[in-house]
Amino acid sequence: MSEVKKFLYVNRKAPYGTIYAWESLEVVLIGAAFDQDVALAFIDDGVYQLVKGQDTNEIGMKNFSPTYSALGDYDINKIYVEKESLEARGLTIDDLQHLVWEDEDEDWAEKDSIKVVSAAEMAEIMDQSEVVLSF
Amino acid sequence: MSMLHIVNKSALDRNSLETCVNHTVKGASIILIEDAVYSAMKNTASTSLVEGAMKDVSVAVLGPDLKARGISEEKLIDGVTVVDYAGFVELTTKNDSVQSWL
Repeated sequence: MSEVKKFLYVNRKAPYGTIYAWESLEVVLIGAAFDQDVALAFIDDGVYQLVKGQDTNEIGMKNFSPTYSALGDYDINKIYVEKESLEARGLTIDDLQHLVWEDEDEDWAEKDSIKVVSAAEMAEIMDQSEVVLSF
Repeated sequence: MSMLHIVNKSALDRNSLETCVNHTVKGASIILIEDAVYSAMKNTASTSLVEGAMKDVSVAVLGPDLKARGISEEKLIDGVTVVDYAGFVELTTKNDSVQSWL
């Protein structure tokens, strides 16, 4: 296996209106098979992707939002949500799904995957990433 | 003449709702569908745009698209009407013409 790189997936689109959100999730899950250091960023309309209680029964589309809760099982536990983006949309972390992962180094203790960060902190996260994929 | 304006893009991603609002006359109707349903929410950066528009035009939002996105009705701006698909069709027939802001 070649060296591990720091991947960052940047999500800026709302779900369902365009295919970007779903495509991103698919690529993240495929990429998870390659043992890289993966982080997800949700900014602008991308924060809508994580809103809980999505029910697509009446629009005839697949509800892919339950898949986010599987990310922890793929060792994807760095999910950064931008504070300014939430605020501009009248949302708080309580409106989002509660995503967790189990830390094997601490007897499988359940930990939160989502971290709300400022735009300045997000800029640092981006700066530290080696491969950035935008959706 | 009355016109139904259909908007389907997020106001925080595109300017279609703002341009639509700037091109409506008194008595017109706007329906927010697909990613535009987020614009029916209160306490957002685009709420004042919609509240301003509601002085002259009526604003509806498509319920199935709200549900799909997990947005509950208590998060909506007071006075915005939630309609189902039948209500959407009724709006198109009730108005003289329709304009889609893509």
